[in-house]
Amino acid sequence: MTLSHDVLIVGGGGAGLRAAIAVVEDDPRLTVAIVSKVYPMRSHTVSAEGGAAAVIRPDDSLDEHAYDTISGGDWLCAQDAVEVFVKEAPEELLRLEHWGCPWSREPDGRVAVRPFGGMKRMRTWFAADKTGFHLLHTLFQTSLRYERIARYDEWYVTKLLVDDGRVAGVVAVELMSGRIEAITAKAVILCTGGCGQIYPFTTNAAIKTGDGMGLAYRAGAPLKDMEFVQYHPTGLPFTGILITEAARAEGGWLINKDGYRYLQDYDLGTPSPTPVLRSMELGPRDRLSQAFVKEVEKGRTVDTPYGPIVHLDLRHLRETVIDARLPFVRELCRSYENIDPVRELIPVRPVVHYMMGGVHTDIYGATPLEGLFAAGEVACVSINGANRLGSNSLPELLVFGARAGVAAASFASGAQDLAIRPAVRAQVEDERRRLERDLLQRDGGKEPISAIREEMRATMEEGAGIYRSGSSLAKAADRLRVLQERFRSVRLEDRSRTFNTELLAALELSFMLDVAETIVHCALLREESRGAHQRVDFPARDDHRFLANSLVYRDADGSRRVEYPPVTITRWPPGERVYGR
Amino acid sequence: MKVEYTQFHPRWYRPRVPVFWWLRRRSYLLFVLRELSSVFVAWFVVFLLLLVNAVAQGPEDYRRFLDWSATPGMLLLNVVALCFILLHAVTWLFTLSPHAMVVRLRGRRLPPAVIGAGNLVAWMLASALAAFLILG
Amino acid sequence: MVDRIILRVTRYRPESDTEPMTQEHEIPLRKDWSVLDGLNHIKDHLDGTLSYRWSCRMGVCGSCGMTVNGEPKLTCATFLGDYAPGPVRVEPLSNFPVVRDLVVDIGDFMRKLPRVKPWLIRSEQEPPAVGEYPQLPAEREEYEQFSMCINCMLCYAACPVYALDQEFLGPAAIALAQRYNLDSRDQGASERMDVLSEADGIWACTFVGECSAVCPKDVDPAGAIQRYKFTAAMDSLKALLLPRGAR
Repeated sequence: MTLSHDVLIVGGGGAGLRAAIAVVEDDPRLTVAIVSKVYPMRSHTVSAEGGAAAVIRPDDSLDEHAYDTISGGDWLCAQDAVEVFVKEAPEELLRLEHWGCPWSREPDGRVAVRPFGGMKRMRTWFAADKTGFHLLHTLFQTSLRYERIARYDEWYVTKLLVDDGRVAGVVAVELMSGRIEAITAKAVILCTGGCGQIYPFTTNAAIKTGDGMGLAYRAGAPLKDMEFVQYHPTGLPFTGILITEAARAEGGWLINKDGYRYLQDYDLGTPSPTPVLRSMELGPRDRLSQAFVKEVEKGRTVDTPYGPIVHLDLRHLRETVIDARLPFVRELCRSYENIDPVRELIPVRPVVHYMMGGVHTDIYGATPLEGLFAAGEVACVSINGANRLGSNSLPELLVFGARAGVAAASFASGAQDLAIRPAVRAQVEDERRRLERDLLQRDGGKEPISAIREEMRATMEEGAGIYRSGSSLAKAADRLRVLQERFRSVRLEDRSRTFNTELLAALELSFMLDVAETIVHCALLREESRGAHQRVDFPARDDHRFLANSLVYRDADGSRRVEYPPVTITRWPPGERVYGR
Repeated sequence: MKVEYTQFHPRWYRPRVPVFWWLRRRSYLLFVLRELSSVFVAWFVVFLLLLVNAVAQGPEDYRRFLDWSATPGMLLLNVVALCFILLHAVTWLFTLSPHAMVVRLRGRRLPPAVIGAGNLVAWMLASALAAFLILG
Repeated sequence: MVDRIILRVTRYRPESDTEPMTQEHEIPLRKDWSVLDGLNHIKDHLDGTLSYRWSCRMGVCGSCGMTVNGEPKLTCATFLGDYAPGPVRVEPLSNFPVVRDLVVDIGDFMRKLPRVKPWLIRSEQEPPAVGEYPQLPAEREEYEQFSMCINCMLCYAACPVYALDQEFLGPAAIALAQRYNLDSRDQGASERMDVLSEADGIWACTFVGECSAVCPKDVDPAGAIQRYKFTAAMDSLKALLLPRGAR
């Protein structure tokens, strides 16, 4: 049986669904399908909380949004991409509104906006503090009206098929039945999200295992700026559950064990009772997470069984404000920490949240590999540079999801029908053999998946965390090499074809190891400190050497090659990042 | 064991619903009893029609009807029927309709409990009126 | 000395079993461990072949619904400590075919969902350039509760009507239809009426109320259905009594 579509989208989250709708609206003749390892409404977009930024108020301007984004990204953003992004974001959010997204409202019925970290104006649209949930369900439910969007729910893509330098489709496993099939396509869009599961403490869901990054990297497409890993300053200890930045935007304070608003000691402004934009708790995430580490070093944090923490104080906000604007924060604190933020302090610590890096694309979502597109967190356009601002990721997946959909549609409609050539057929057979014989029927493996995974996570936290050094990274690189070796004799006990989650875990781990190596490798080579990448041995930003994106390629022999094309600068020359003054 | 995968579906296990599933949970039992109550609602309608018919036939038939109604079997049946009708009415008035009706007062939606209380008052008034007509 | 607790987990291997069986594992009992953490401990350290779904572990993706000691629960938000000293029974959700172990097939819901047209219907689709459709906070509040559904399927597992009649549209699907019906921006209520008023739609519901009792997001699907019955009944009454122009 041959499964075939004009455009195939891998991943059914926000970016994937937006891309699929863009394809069917753009060209009624094309067939499109979404392959997703979970049902689309389970995708991790669902967990986004705080909001989505887009200029809507008369006192705001596109240039100000662009400047906030570029300075927030420590001048590593592609400025042409940022200009496209801020221009199209309002239209995309309005489109979502027209599709039924329940944006919170002003008393007069207009869409409401709230302040957010690193933003000079109020421009963050929100649906209480379940913005991602509402956005995803609105997109998913809207996608149901298009019968032409075919879906492969709970199928896991294991390999991109490449024919003569051009993507020809994927190989995927249907989890329910275990059947392994090639799905051919003229264009493939990767929308698989990030890879937070590489780290031990993360806001990311269990499914965020860097599959798309690994798929593209193995197929020869370069990954960009992988060394930039965002730590969100306020996650719950142990679970890593996100306490949204909106909690600070509504007026929450970060305090250390002495009840002191410690951010004032880190060039982030002076405390005031009500929130001030681009100041104190509304500074950018990288700077806040770094301040936490400094507080730990000064011994001013609180020790718990899950490591040091500080407190987020919402008690001075009224219960009505918390219930109206932060109901999910209250729900999460009650369920998972057994505390009520109306009366008690919330324990928080920085947790891995977002990958600024990803598959390298242009402003149309196209990767250098012909026929392969990417959008959302898996991609790196880059509008986020060295540090993403809160509430920029949701509009990003809409703007670039739509753009990738349109670009893939026009690529597919102009492309010749792909006859499945022997070379591709051989790739499919190789992959089938790898899955069936090498993994499913493997005997004598002795390395447990969980042991390798836990050690990888510890390695990344120790070696490539908020602060890194040449020696910590070199050590991490060595340990990852050993783990790759150990993975070759991974132990698989589950021989069943039906919903074999052990096989899935092994494949995911393999992608994570590859992606982890690119992060460590690129971090080792970037001998400067910029945004989320802080080298203790190179504490200053070095625009002379590193005003450049890192592009890491996997060569045919498995070795890595890194190139440094200069950052695209249009109107905002590199300057100092100023917050709170 | 040689493992073959099926074409599209694995062999799913479809548990059968046990005969006494409705005894597992109070709400399930109530649900089944309420479903059953409709039989007794129907019976009251039939009983009422028989009564009307008897009245229309004249005093002789009416007296015979009353005698028949007073037999122990009929009494028992009607007592049981009354219980079910009460269950039906109570669940309808105080659990179902408060959730089904949206009543607004000065733009704010009244909580279901208030609507339930309103239903209770209306019920008492209707009963008082009936009592006044019959006994007065 | 760590406290321990026993998990009794349902196993079903379609390739070899004809019906499910139970497997026992003793696991550490930690204060902040959810039932899902317990299952993850089993999968990572005791038996890698156990299959179940999970993802966000913060109660919003809707993947990890299972039956815990007889009650449908999100296992990520159900804590082992509340069941101490145990044992804790973990079974797949009721009323769905079991695919394997704790994994059930929810394809039935996925096929029913599009039938109720859960999307915003407008007589004319305006371009985004016209700006937002205004909506007062009170109008938003009108449907907000019903928009909170995470499709976790606990309501279907609790619904005896669905257990007896798999054709029933079910609580979540009807609540989602009602979410759009009650949205001040929507103009599609009449289009949804046909499906909802079929025999397998709202009228199949007999208001057991268990769907609302087990809903982890307080969506109150039972309330949504009863409200819709009221609306549908009033509409029929109007159609019967009023002349066409006055409806």
